[in-house]
Amino acid sequence: MTPSAPSAPLPAAHALAAEHLTLGYGDRVVVSALDLTVPPGEITAIVGANACGKSTLLRSMSRLLTPRAGRVVLDGKAVHRLPAKELARTLGLLPQSPVAPEGITVLDLVGRGRHPHQGVFSRWNERDDAAVAAALEATGTADLADRAVDELSGGQRQRVWIAMALAQQTDLLLLDEPTTFLDVSHQVEVLDLLTDLNRTRGTTIVMVLHDLNLAARYAHHLVALAAGRLHAAGAPAEVLTEETVRVVFGLESRVIEDPVSGSPLMLPIGRHHAEHHGATLQ
Amino acid sequence: MSAPAVAEPSPAPTSVPSPVLTTVIRGRARRATRRRLVVLTLALLVAAAFAATLVFGQTYYPPGDVLRVVLGEQVPGASFTVGRLRLPRAVLAVVAGLSFGMAGVTFQTMLRNPLASPDIIGISSGASAAAAIAIVTLSLDETRVSVLAITAGLGVALLVYTLAFRDGVASTRLILIGIGIAAMLDSVTAYVLSGAAEWDLQEATRWLTGSLNGVAWDQTVPALVALVVLAPVLLSRARDLSAMQLGDDTAAALGVRVERTRVTLIVAAVGLIAFATAAAGPIAFVAFLSGPIAARLVGPGTSLLVPAGLVGALLVLAADFVGQFAFDTRYPVGVVTGVLGAPYLVYLIIRTHRSGASI
Amino acid sequence: MTDVGTRPAPDAAALVRRPARVRLLWLLAVVLALAAIMLASVAFGSRTVPWGDVWAALGGADDSLEQAAVTKRIPRTGLAVVVGAALGLAGGVMQGVTRNPLADPGILGVNMGASLAVVTAVAYFGLTSPTGYVWVALAGAAASAAFVYTIGSLGRGGATPLKLALAGAATSAAFASLVSAVVLPRNDIAGSFRLWQIGGVGGASFERVGQVLPFLAVGFAVSLLSARALNSLALGDELAAGLGERVAVARATAAVGAIVLCGASTAVAGPIAFVGLVVPHACRLLVGVDHRWLLPFCALGGAALLTAADVVGRVVARPAEVDVGIVTALVGAPFFIHIVRRQKVRAL
Repeated sequence: MTPSAPSAPLPAAHALAAEHLTLGYGDRVVVSALDLTVPPGEITAIVGANACGKSTLLRSMSRLLTPRAGRVVLDGKAVHRLPAKELARTLGLLPQSPVAPEGITVLDLVGRGRHPHQGVFSRWNERDDAAVAAALEATGTADLADRAVDELSGGQRQRVWIAMALAQQTDLLLLDEPTTFLDVSHQVEVLDLLTDLNRTRGTTIVMVLHDLNLAARYAHHLVALAAGRLHAAGAPAEVLTEETVRVVFGLESRVIEDPVSGSPLMLPIGRHHAEHHGATLQ
Repeated sequence: MSAPAVAEPSPAPTSVPSPVLTTVIRGRARRATRRRLVVLTLALLVAAAFAATLVFGQTYYPPGDVLRVVLGEQVPGASFTVGRLRLPRAVLAVVAGLSFGMAGVTFQTMLRNPLASPDIIGISSGASAAAAIAIVTLSLDETRVSVLAITAGLGVALLVYTLAFRDGVASTRLILIGIGIAAMLDSVTAYVLSGAAEWDLQEATRWLTGSLNGVAWDQTVPALVALVVLAPVLLSRARDLSAMQLGDDTAAALGVRVERTRVTLIVAAVGLIAFATAAAGPIAFVAFLSGPIAARLVGPGTSLLVPAGLVGALLVLAADFVGQFAFDTRYPVGVVTGVLGAPYLVYLIIRTHRSGASI
Repeated sequence: MTDVGTRPAPDAAALVRRPARVRLLWLLAVVLALAAIMLASVAFGSRTVPWGDVWAALGGADDSLEQAAVTKRIPRTGLAVVVGAALGLAGGVMQGVTRNPLADPGILGVNMGASLAVVTAVAYFGLTSPTGYVWVALAGAAASAAFVYTIGSLGRGGATPLKLALAGAATSAAFASLVSAVVLPRNDIAGSFRLWQIGGVGGASFERVGQVLPFLAVGFAVSLLSARALNSLALGDELAAGLGERVAVARATAAVGAIVLCGASTAVAGPIAFVGLVVPHACRLLVGVDHRWLLPFCALGGAALLTAADVVGRVVARPAEVDVGIVTALVGAPFFIHIVRRQKVRAL
């Protein structure tokens, strides 16, 4: 099952792009002069070695980090100029390690996602209830509604956080390593869920992923960063090559076709297997 | 958890309420009812305690007389005792309790740590050190002592915030820097008191413990005005505060301007603390305990500002009454709250560290 | 990177040896500095004394007012040296035991524990003798340090800087209220308690130093002997156990040494904060993280810092004296803040 383009009906497609973006902390420049366009209505995965600026880029796209130079543009407007709540109604972000207050129930936590839709004195209304219910249903967390978040398993908790981001009802959803600390079955579970969202609602998804092969399998659009610069971007089959792996990770590899999904599959080659590899495969 | 956990995502909810929607609505209603019940009960208890402190005391005045005094009529005897002594004292108890409770829970929620109350992170220490210097070294009058204490409280808060700022403020850094500053200021206070004359020392000690003895309208009114101005600021930020509990990044993604909100909250909360402290001294642990007690009563997930304020008011009223009449010696209210609060505080630390979590 | 392990390492021996020479030089420098500061401590004070009288007094003369003043400064200097050494060493050990850069007797609430124990004993058990004060203060300090450390290391991650500091600050606040509850109705004891609480090294006599010397000796011995164990503990409990260290025993022994040291020094000199924090950090810059070198340096450095702070306190506000505790607090708090700011947030 190759990732197919999402079917109709699509919401208004939002165009998110980085223009000549330079980012950094303190004296350190992490991302320099980066141009990137996020294809609307598709799943984009950002991959790269540790500390290459993946998370930094994601934080900046959701305005958590002000650029040194350049800008992030949403529908033609710089996101750092948009009113905070207006942006939060269009673009949601799930950070890598969100904090759940002690004892909070799933229902309450998901309800917090309605924040951008509420004014200072406006009351909770049926639209809020409906959004929370839909988010619980979409993530399969409805039967956890009254449980405390602290008691859930890792996979359940991650689905609850995604439900919170869904209750925000944004057309764009950014996720920073949504599969960290999950075992392989839960990783697949979360990525399947995100694919469902993309297909049924046309939500544009941008995520940072560690696992190259899962990224190639689930993303329509793959972005490879190397040392804060864009190395390659495009369809997984074009981006995930032995050359890319060499440049981005400094690793020899072999890329074959994934027998399950038809997407590219990367097999790393360490020092101890180089000879064997040369003898049998070349 | 069950294996095929991802349900087929359903289309947007239709007009027929799904079972999930019913669960959502019912859950929310249940929580709202509990909260309303707790707030109402607390408000009634505060009102009852307030009335009791006006009626009972060294002399008993019938409720009818007290009511007439409160309404402004002249009643021989009662007019002085109730109108001049008991009423300002009781009003300040409520005002200080509300201020400490609301400001304390603001800090605890914002810094995601129930131990991070203004008593611990240096704000009270700043006000106290300034008051000690003003009384002992500079021999200032009462008004100037208050002004200096308020300024110092705000100044220390600003200093701690500035020092903790590095690409935004991390709450752990802010707490630790606050503790360091508090340790320094406490040693300044101790040093100033060590050289104090007997009379100054007594006044300073009373000031440092927190006391409502001899309170008149002069002290009560500024604190009341501060509460009326600043409490609405905090209340209007209650939702942002709840969002900030999820971590700065999540809050920002939900459309909260994190740094700006944090500064607003700190200024309002410190203002409340400073004015209440200037009037009544840093009544120990009220800011500390109100939030966790309120959290226990209302349950997690809702804003704690109002319940915590009410718990604070109840604590101060009750502790002041106990301090005045329960023992041979008249204890200032701060000693009573301190002694009652100390064991609970220790319990709170143990519980918090066990679960490794926030309020 | 394929030839790792096969490359000859002719420099290895020299690499190991060179720091040792540097350390010896530093050791010499610190000892000389301490000697100079001690001399200054005897020579300078609220009264100006000519050098001739200083020498004479050091030789035992006691004839003039000047010489008498110097004679009084000798036990004071001695007290500053031993208390400073004790606090510096206690800080070094505590930071090692807790693997926590912010561990310091003052931050851990030891002082308030000692105060509470003393007022309770004075108010309810009629404690009056100076020797009794030492025992009671020591017990209070030890109890509160153990208490704070225990509750600070509950839960995930062990004794993190944040948890430990919060536990210490909160416990101090709790004890402070109890102290005022005890003292407030008892005007009769307020005076004598205050005298004890001020402490400092000002009113030192050889007799007072003598009272705590046995405790300090035990504390010094236990602490210095645990240096090797602290080196293993620095690698984390699992790894230390893997290296054959009995983790719980080693940690408890070292902690007892540190608690005795800071309890005894609090008992004799009152609350002195931040020496135990600043000194180990500075020493680590000089000699690195090997506790066998670090701990002796901490003792020497602590002695030098506290004695110097005492001299400064005597000189800046002549003819009045500024308590040594406040000098160290004013120096130490900015240093504390600097360390906090330097740490990565996640490490806190």
